[in-house]
Amino acid sequence: MIKEGNAIKFGDNIDTDVIIPARYLNTSDPKELASHCMEDIDRSFTGRVNEGDIMIGGENFGCGSSREHAPIAIKESGISIVIAKSFARIFYRNSINIGLAIVECPLAAEEICEGDRVSVDMDSGVITDLTSGKSYSAEPFPPFIQEIITAGGLVEAMKKGIIR
Amino acid sequence: MGMTMSQKILAYHAGLDSVEAGQLVLCRLDRVLGNDITSPVAIREFKKMGAEKVFDRDKVTLVMDHFAPNKDIKAAIQCQTCRNFSAEQELSGFFDVGTMGIEHALLPEQGLAVSGDLIIGADSHTCTYGALGAFSTGVGSTDMAFGMASGKAWFKVPSAIKFELTGSLPKYVSGKDVILSIIGKIGVDGALYRSMEFCGEGVRSLSIEDRLTICNMAIEAGAKNGIFPVDEVTLAFEEGRAKHEPMIFEADADASYDEVYTVDLSSLRPTVAFPHLPENTRSIDDVGEIKIDQVVIGSCTNGLYKDLEEAAKILKGRKIAKGVRAIVIPATPSIYLKCVEQGLVKTFIESGCIVSTPTCGPCLGGYMGVLAAGERCVSTTNRNFVGRMGDTKSEVYLASPAVAAASAVMGRIAGPEEVML
Repeated sequence: MIKEGNAIKFGDNIDTDVIIPARYLNTSDPKELASHCMEDIDRSFTGRVNEGDIMIGGENFGCGSSREHAPIAIKESGISIVIAKSFARIFYRNSINIGLAIVECPLAAEEICEGDRVSVDMDSGVITDLTSGKSYSAEPFPPFIQEIITAGGLVEAMKKGIIR
Repeated sequence: MGMTMSQKILAYHAGLDSVEAGQLVLCRLDRVLGNDITSPVAIREFKKMGAEKVFDRDKVTLVMDHFAPNKDIKAAIQCQTCRNFSAEQELSGFFDVGTMGIEHALLPEQGLAVSGDLIIGADSHTCTYGALGAFSTGVGSTDMAFGMASGKAWFKVPSAIKFELTGSLPKYVSGKDVILSIIGKIGVDGALYRSMEFCGEGVRSLSIEDRLTICNMAIEAGAKNGIFPVDEVTLAFEEGRAKHEPMIFEADADASYDEVYTVDLSSLRPTVAFPHLPENTRSIDDVGEIKIDQVVIGSCTNGLYKDLEEAAKILKGRKIAKGVRAIVIPATPSIYLKCVEQGLVKTFIESGCIVSTPTCGPCLGGYMGVLAAGERCVSTTNRNFVGRMGDTKSEVYLASPAVAAASAVMGRIAGPEEVML
C-alpha cells in the first residue's frame, strides 16, 4: 500500500498534551478531538491539514500520557501516516491499535521539509520525497501489524478474523 | 544468559522458563486499570469487540479520578459511562467519588497492586507499582479493552538500564529529587522502550513513598517500567493490605543491562525541572530568582501522607507569600482523613493553602487550578509540557513537596533550607 501526501513538520518530543490538550479529554468523539489536534503547538494545523497529508516528527514523538485520543485525533484530522525519528512507546502501541500508520526513519524525518510531497510504500518501507527526489529506506512492519493498521485497528482486525 | 527482574515477571506470567529482550510474549494479567478519561474509550472498544463479560470482576479496576468530582457535563457523562459499565459487570473495584483516590496512590494503599504482579493500566503513570516489585506499565484504551475481555496482553520483552544506588538521601532531599536528577541526566527518551531497574545498597534507605515517586516518573524518561527489588520495607508496607500473597522475583546475577549508572544518593540536592520538559533540571542552588503565582502539592507522584507531612513541616507556623495560590491535594480519602486527624489540614489552611478532595485536576490542566498566560506554578506533579496546566504561555516547574512548600512561603522558587533556618 502506498501513502502519498504533503509533509507537515514538527520537532522533537511532541507530547500528547500538545497533540490533544487534556482540556478536551471530556469527550472521546474523534471529530471533536480532531478539531483541536495540535492546537497548543500550531493553531493553523487544523485549517491547513488535508486528507492524506503526512506528519513528520523528531525524536520521542507522542511522549507523555497514554491517551489514545492523541493518535485518534491525528488520524481523524486526515493524516495518512506519521514519520518520526523515534516514537514514545505507548503512542507507538496505540497507533497500531487504532489503525494510524506510523514509521520510524531518522534520516527521512530529518531531511524532509515542510510542504514536500512525500510517498511511503508500506510494504517495502521505502519513503520517497518527491519534491527533493531523495529516497529513504525504513524497516517495514511485519505483515500482521500492517494488516491490523489496514483493517483500521486491533478491534476491527479481531472482528475480521485477522487476529484472534 | 540471566534475566532482569522485569523479564522474570514477564516470563512467569507468560508461562515460560525464560524470555529474552525483543521476544514477543502473551502474558496473563493480575490487574487491568482504567480511569474516567481512558475507560470510556476502552468500554466502547470492549463492546465493539463483541465482548460480554470481563475476564474477572475482581481484577478490573476503574477509578474516577481525572475529572471527578465531575468538572462539567461531558465529564459527568464519562463517569456515568464507567459507573454503568461497572454495575453491569459487577466490578468489585469501582472507585467513585467518596471512595476514589488518585489511582496510583489508591491501588498500592488498597493492596490492589502487589509484589510480583503484572498490571496494565490505561494511564501512563501505571508504572508506579514497580516500587513494590511488580511489573506495571501504561497502555492505551484498546489494550485495556483487550485486557478486560481476555485477561491478557502482549508485550515485547524490554532490555533494561540498571541504576545502582549508593549512600542515603540528605535532609530535605526525596525520591522526587532522585528521579528528576536521573531524568536530567538521561533525558526524556533516555530509557525509551526499556526497563529502569533500581538496585544497590542505597535502596534500603528509601521509603516506599520515595520508591513510588521514582517509579511513577519512569515514563518521563520514556521507560516501559521502573522497578525496585522487594525487601523488608516493601513487605512491611504490604503486610495486612496486600489482597494476595506477594511474589518475590530477583534479577539474575548474570542479567544483561544496556547501561549501568551509579547514583550516589548522598550527593543529591533538591532538584527542579524547568519548562517545558522534565529533563530540564537544575539544582536548587542554580535556579535564580523566579517569582511564582501558584503551588500545587499532590498528584500520583507526590500526594501520599509522607509527601504532605514534608510540606506541612515547612508550612507550620508560616504564611504563604502574598499573591501565591497554594493547592494541597491528599491523594486518597484515607490520606485526607489522616491529614485531618494529625492536624495537617489545620496547618495548611492556617498558612493560606486550600485543601482539595482527591483529583488529578490541576496536573493536566483539567480544573482546580488552571493557569493563565504568563503564570508560573511550582508543582509536585510529573509533567511540565507546553500548556500542561493551562495556557500555552504558562510555565510549570516540577519539584518535591519540600521545595514546593518552601516556594509557596517565599513567593519564588526556593529550597527548604532557606525557610527552615
